[in-house]
Amino acid sequence: MKRKFFAYPYIVWMILFIVAPMLFILYYAVNVGGEWTITKAWATLSDAGKWHILWTSVVMAFKTTLICLLLGYPIAYILSNMNKTVAGFLSVLFFVPMWMNFVLRTYAWQAILEYFLPNLLGMKDGTLTGTEAAVLMVLVYNFLPFMIMPLYNTLAKLDKSLLEAARDLGANSFLTFVRVVLPLSSVPGIVSGITMVFIPAITAFTVPALIGNGKYYLYGNEIELAFKTLSGQGDYAIGSTLSIILLICVVVSTVIMNYFDKDQKQGGQMW
Amino acid sequence: MKKWLALLLCALLVLSCVACKKQDAAEEEEADYSFADGDQYDKIGGELNVLNWGEYIDPELISLFEQETGVKVNYTEMTSNEEMLIKLRSADNPYDMCFPSDYIIEKLMYEVTNTFDPGNKYSLPYMWGTVGILYNTKMVDEEVDSWDILWNEKYAEKIWQYDSVRDALAVSLLRLGYDMNSTNPDEIDQAKEELIKQIPLLKGLGTDNIRASMINNKAALAVIYAGDAILCMEENEDLAYVIPKEGSNVWFDNVVIPKTAKNVDAALAFINFLNDANLAARNTEFIYYSTPNQGAMDRMDEELAANETFNPSDETLARCGVYHDLGTDIELYNSAWEEFKTAMGK
Repeated sequence: MKRKFFAYPYIVWMILFIVAPMLFILYYAVNVGGEWTITKAWATLSDAGKWHILWTSVVMAFKTTLICLLLGYPIAYILSNMNKTVAGFLSVLFFVPMWMNFVLRTYAWQAILEYFLPNLLGMKDGTLTGTEAAVLMVLVYNFLPFMIMPLYNTLAKLDKSLLEAARDLGANSFLTFVRVVLPLSSVPGIVSGITMVFIPAITAFTVPALIGNGKYYLYGNEIELAFKTLSGQGDYAIGSTLSIILLICVVVSTVIMNYFDKDQKQGGQMW
Repeated sequence: MKKWLALLLCALLVLSCVACKKQDAAEEEEADYSFADGDQYDKIGGELNVLNWGEYIDPELISLFEQETGVKVNYTEMTSNEEMLIKLRSADNPYDMCFPSDYIIEKLMYEVTNTFDPGNKYSLPYMWGTVGILYNTKMVDEEVDSWDILWNEKYAEKIWQYDSVRDALAVSLLRLGYDMNSTNPDEIDQAKEELIKQIPLLKGLGTDNIRASMINNKAALAVIYAGDAILCMEENEDLAYVIPKEGSNVWFDNVVIPKTAKNVDAALAFINFLNDANLAARNTEFIYYSTPNQGAMDRMDEELAANETFNPSDETLARCGVYHDLGTDIELYNSAWEEFKTAMGK
């Protein structure tokens, strides 16, 4: 009984801030000004332009995740093989920028890409903002620590005697890495890293708005538009429908990721 | 190790703050903030929640008002009328006063009286201005007198469009020779198509960020409000402002007190305070938007008062018009705007 008691705050929290908002979103999707209707929701669902934006956002999130993984894995691997003190110091350096608010960091990048770097490179009236590459770069910058963190945690816990055993049995370092390190310890790290990067990346709207000059337009921006700029009746319905679609995408990707994770725990061979 | 690093970073942070403070103090000039009409303000106390446009008040005025009345001012900024309307519509909004534009006041007033506030019983003008083109004379070598230039491929990726449904569509409608309050679906549709054609030429859609971009020569042309244009021209002498021959929008922002306001006394005192001739003059000199206050016009910096952008001639104003509330026809604009934005994602 006592244990149950301690769970109550969490249950209350969940109902207030997770379940209730979702019900509100559902309500607004099918209720326009007090009337029950699915016309707005249906119009949103059948708008090819919006699906196109969703696709662009998914591709963007995929690219972000891939680059974060390719950059983050070696960094985490190197960190995990270092002296604990040095590794601790270096990981602090990685996380120092995270102490600062996400939006502030993005504003800083806006200034760097719009003014500082172009001036440094002698591009007198040129800028680096407003391009897909710039948006992608800032997304990677913002989410990279979320990839390194879980990877470093799993890699650091790896039993080093297994590596010695592999070497002892004649595997070179490449083989040891591919056959031992990667399957044994990385999959949980990779899975949570991907989840922690892909989901925020697919919902990103600050970065495309600030770095893309409002011209590089992703799904989050479309939702913001419906709620913040359009003030007509029924625009909440559009925004809510878009949000539900995005929620479904997030749930689906989480389920896929969990499937791989479970696979690993049951000893399945993923690699 | 970690502790030392954290300590070092904290020290750096403190040092940079101190450095900033010193710089600010050095730049500050003595300005006359005395009351023109000798008003005495009672100690009202409490809090005043103000919702206003970004960088649209001299912050010195807020501290002075806080000192005089003991009211704590919570100042929130917004970037569009539509955003403000959504914030005001929520029943538990905290705002005691805000500064919407003409067509929004019209919309709000029609819900009350069916006329546009005769005698200014419900709203008082705060600032006014025009919409026009700010351009860099070093980058644009031809004469700028038409909205057409914003569709000129020569300036591809050097053009800022304004991120506001009415302003962007008004520019497009006026360029096509239509009324900026058009409710003809065909005209609005054409205006939208033209905006979609403009996308590849745009540097972006901006609001307050346009200023820094123009000042630093990062763009050649921008749709902008007059007050922002003056600020940019003060900082960069290569910039010029023009109200195109097809006409443009002249707007005014009024201060209103929502009926949900909690500290009406403080809101009324703040309105009096902002309309003090001397303070209104300081305010208009600070933000560069035109004041409707004649007393302030008489007291303010003469050079600014004579500036054509600040105080346009009757001839220029004759080709400008006011946005009107379009009732349910605003849906035409909203869906056009949504289609335009969606087209940007492609």
